Amino acid sequence: MNRLGVNLRVVAALGRRSVRQTFRRPQLFAPILVFPTLLLAIQTGGAGGAIELEGFPQVNGFLDFMLAGAMVQACLLAGNSGGIALAVDLEMGFTDRLFAAPISRFAIVAGRLAGTAALGAVTAVWFIAIGLIFGATIEGGVAGAILVLALVALSAMAFGGIGAAVALYAGRASVVQGLFPLVFVILFLSDAFFPANLMLEPAGTIAEYNPLSLIVDGIRELVVGGLDAGAVAEALAAIALIGGLSIALSAVALRRRLRLGA
Amino acid sequence: MRAIEVSGLEREFEGAIRAVDGVDLEVAEGEIYAFLGPNGAGKTTTVRMLTTLLRPTGGRALVAGHDVVDEAAEVRRAIGVALQEAALDPLMTGRELIALQATLHGLVGAEATRRGDALLARVGLAQAADRRVGTYSGGMRRRLDLASALVHEPRVLFLDEPTTGLDPVSRKAIWEEVAALNREGTTVFLTTQYLEEADNLADRVGIIAKGKIVAEGTPASLKAEVGKPHLEIGLADGSAAQAERVCTAFGRRLPEKEGKVLVELEGGAAEVAKVVRALDDAGIAVESLDLVEPTLDDVFVAKTGEHLEGDIEQAPAAAEAG
Repeated sequence: MNRLGVNLRVVAALGRRSVRQTFRRPQLFAPILVFPTLLLAIQTGGAGGAIELEGFPQVNGFLDFMLAGAMVQACLLAGNSGGIALAVDLEMGFTDRLFAAPISRFAIVAGRLAGTAALGAVTAVWFIAIGLIFGATIEGGVAGAILVLALVALSAMAFGGIGAAVALYAGRASVVQGLFPLVFVILFLSDAFFPANLMLEPAGTIAEYNPLSLIVDGIRELVVGGLDAGAVAEALAAIALIGGLSIALSAVALRRRLRLGA
Repeated sequence: MRAIEVSGLEREFEGAIRAVDGVDLEVAEGEIYAFLGPNGAGKTTTVRMLTTLLRPTGGRALVAGHDVVDEAAEVRRAIGVALQEAALDPLMTGRELIALQATLHGLVGAEATRRGDALLARVGLAQAADRRVGTYSGGMRRRLDLASALVHEPRVLFLDEPTTGLDPVSRKAIWEEVAALNREGTTVFLTTQYLEEADNLADRVGIIAKGKIVAEGTPASLKAEVGKPHLEIGLADGSAAQAERVCTAFGRRLPEKEGKVLVELEGGAAEVAKVVRALDDAGIAVESLDLVEPTLDDVFVAKTGEHLEGDIEQAPAAAEAG
């Protein structure tokens, strides 16, 4: 087998391990599915009347509006959990096993990100299923649902890059865990849970320029509006921006770690 | 060809801390080489450099004929590594870990499964293969770590403190497995804090202290450098002076210890029978007789002025506490 083949197999194997690890460790699994589901239930049940506000987007129901936010929240937390898991691997020396193998060192990070993307896809399926069970409609149809799944998986990978970069730089799970509150600050300063045009200033302006809002809008449009190439393209651009930066930072942090032999 | 060739190897960390300070060593193909030293001596740092996990800041090292810096990928293909603390994921099963290790070394499909199953059986983990590693005992974890390091049939096997913290039975099982691997042709480089491990297992021993090799050789030659065996003779009351006179013929008298007469045997252990006969002929009643060989600790003391035993005694307790 050639080197590329070996490295692709390694990425797949490490991705599978990452998914298994998440499902076997409740503290990694809970933030990805349980917390966003609870928040979705609480917000949908308690703030459903918001759709009556003047200026609120035209939607079939508040749950339809909220699904995209829940999915992106799950992606952010999946990225954070992936970073924590990588830091735990570093702390316990498991990554030494990988660094001592004849593979591309970046395959180790790519494997973790592949696992995070797969977890993103799982959350997309979960929230689409919840939405459909509780009366939401996916206006984009089957194609729209597939696009939602792809956008969510790619978002998870992009956010996973941030977690991986912090994990590789700090090497401590507690530091990556410290990002957890930041996830909610970034989320609430986007239009994940509330339309940016109805927010007070300066939150509204921040939400408007927050790239997370573009990702949420792209997913949301497929749920509440239908197939919208423009919105999907903007979401992809935002994912590419975040993913490009985070993965580049991961690569730099990995090189630094290998150089220092930490 | 030498399996390992190291010259002037150095590693300095931030703050001008020189963990490894000009190490020179050679390990022949098929040899078991033990790196013996206390905590912080530079053993693990040396192994991390030889296994390409840490770049040297000076000197040169070749493993399996490849430079650890310029040909790191070739080195990684040729080596198996079982690191300190048995860095295993407690959430994986033994079988999953072996399968992952096979993938890391480019083994796939039936060949990977066959190798994995054979190795799990070899280290006595076939029955526990589908259990999570978190449920394994310390000895089982070490054996799994050893099996995972062998999945690609490496030429050179690095074991960093493979038995630290293990009970005597588990330790012996690891020793037997390492010796068997060596008989099959694998070169083994192991670090240890245990004198007994180095003494029993290694063809040659390098003693390291404060980043430098202070002595190197076969266990027997190292011990021969620091002295000859001595007899410790326990006697009935009142006969010590007479026994000392008899024993003087066989070698230098050493200071008395716990009421026992100590005599260094100039002619080595072969003279024990003669000493016993001489004491018997003189009518001296011997209560106990112990032949004491020089140990690698004596070598360590002779070379560094410090005992290795203090660290060794504390190692298992520290490992359990951690």
